[in-house]
Amino acid sequence: MTGTLFFIQVLNGLQLGVLLFLIAAGLTLVFGVMDFINLAHGVQYMLGAYLAVAFYGLVGNFLLALILALAAALAFGLLLEFLVLRHLYGRDHLDQVIATFGIILFLNHAVRVVWGAAPLTLPVPDAFTGSVQLAPGQLYPVWRLVIIGSGIAVATGLYVLVTYTRIGMLVRAGATNARMVSVLGVNIERLFTIVFGFGTMLAGFAGVMIAPIISVEPGMGTNILILALVVIVIGGIGSIRGAFVAALLIGLVDTLGRSFSVDLLRVVMAPSPARMVGPAIASMLIYVLMAIVLYLRPAGLFPARGR
Amino acid sequence: MSGGASVAVGRAGPLRSSRDVLPALIFLAFALLPIFAGLTAQRYLVDSGMRIIVFAVAAVALDLIVGYAGLISFGHAAFIGLGAYAVGILSAEGIGDALVALPAAIAVSMLFAWITGIVCMRTKGVYFIMITLAFGQMVYFIATSLARYGGDNGLTIAARSTIAGFSLLKSDTTFYYFSLLCLVATYLLCHALIASRFGRVLRGARENPTRMATIGFTVRRFQLVAYVITGGLGGLSGFLLANSTEFVAPAYMAWQQSGELIVIIILGGVGTLDGAIIGSAAYLIVEDRLSGLTENWQVIFGPLLVLVVLFARGGLMGLSALLWRRLSHA
Repeated sequence: MTGTLFFIQVLNGLQLGVLLFLIAAGLTLVFGVMDFINLAHGVQYMLGAYLAVAFYGLVGNFLLALILALAAALAFGLLLEFLVLRHLYGRDHLDQVIATFGIILFLNHAVRVVWGAAPLTLPVPDAFTGSVQLAPGQLYPVWRLVIIGSGIAVATGLYVLVTYTRIGMLVRAGATNARMVSVLGVNIERLFTIVFGFGTMLAGFAGVMIAPIISVEPGMGTNILILALVVIVIGGIGSIRGAFVAALLIGLVDTLGRSFSVDLLRVVMAPSPARMVGPAIASMLIYVLMAIVLYLRPAGLFPARGR
Repeated sequence: MSGGASVAVGRAGPLRSSRDVLPALIFLAFALLPIFAGLTAQRYLVDSGMRIIVFAVAAVALDLIVGYAGLISFGHAAFIGLGAYAVGILSAEGIGDALVALPAAIAVSMLFAWITGIVCMRTKGVYFIMITLAFGQMVYFIATSLARYGGDNGLTIAARSTIAGFSLLKSDTTFYYFSLLCLVATYLLCHALIASRFGRVLRGARENPTRMATIGFTVRRFQLVAYVITGGLGGLSGFLLANSTEFVAPAYMAWQQSGELIVIIILGGVGTLDGAIIGSAAYLIVEDRLSGLTENWQVIFGPLLVLVVLFARGGLMGLSALLWRRLSHA
């Protein structure tokens, strides 16, 4: 019984982990290649979810809505890059933080104006509505397994892309030393636009995939952004491999911490303080983890930037 | 760091040059505000002024570490929260005197800054931003777990702090002037620090840490001291915040608060103490005006921030310097 519960929570942790990876992948590449802090990455995730709901309302088919939402998210990301972000390369980190913070404020409330403040929902596609039985009486929704599967598929595809293709080689080189790549005759700005558009689409994809199991609401991208930042910092900025390892680590630590902290604390303290302190400790765990990692390895687990 | 922003560093001391006119004007405006509010019967102006002062104390302190030491701290709200909780918890335990609460608020924040600062100073750049955020979040979650002191919902303070047993700060106007005094003291302290040898080492390390280390300075130690001072002043701001609202809550140390403070100092102009105060005033006034216009005022404010970054380098201080140059050349 407890064993199955543990297994279910591990699956939930993996699901959060792959979701974080989809968001962190774009963030860490943009960061690594152009040294650009894009706080607006989280709202792309929110936008993906909203667009999916909107297109689903129009076409009534999840797959079609997914494709349309991804295309729209990509178009919007490129527009944003063209209008604002492009002018901020090479500027101070603080300037980038504030400009993208302004974009967050704008989009968080723009969706409120367009779609209202009330949470929206997206139905799970018909083919995946059921549950699988993990043990007698323990059901697990298929859609969560689909999220895990698609996340791992994307991660594998990304790994192949980054490791074996020419553009992947340029991305890795850019993350290590952008100026050198530029001097060698590569149009680094165009490379960045490609990476940025791709990252935007991945974040949008994460938003579409999660939309059927959470409520789609303004501000949903903000907390996930902080988690994604924690992920890329633990993993080492610019490293896809680091982002993958750290995303799964954070997903598991956070989920398992929340599920079992109270039970674990009850071993050493009375039930009522344990119920009070447990959730706080669980919420804190990932930050403690980050502080420890940065104390031991000030540039993350897999530092990409070679200096 | 944003290059032209750090020009307005004058010598410490009372009115020596035209550079000192601006802060004098700012503080004069603050001092006259309650009188103006009284004459025009707009009491809410004092409340708005109070909020601006509380934020300005925190922003000036933050500018010391961000603008002059070049370390972007994303956990400044934690210090404010610690200061505020020091007041709240002491008051809940029956100690409502500023002679205890004020030193406690500052000491707790400084201690926290010192302990976490030792870890933070190991990292650089973005990693520093994130580790300060991490510590800020830890304090936030600890505050939400304090069941005895309100947990998530926060805690109402029975009465404003007394001074040596006398309720000297009871009237809003008196407390306003007390807070203004704190702001002036914070300003003068930071001003003196920046102009001193200590401040020059900090600025030198911001421009080129390797060179400063080669000259023979232990850069990290200077930065740690600056961080501890910033933390202590953040605690002071928390003391004022708790007493002005007579309420403390974990929300005071949410990371959004830290973000807001960074926005404030950038809006005013990083590396100018005057800019930190002007930024607080501008931010809170714009917020107040826009939220009167529409519920979703951020739809207007967000693009405004983007425009400031794109077209007004150095924030409002940079913008006014530019205008001044244009005018004097015309």
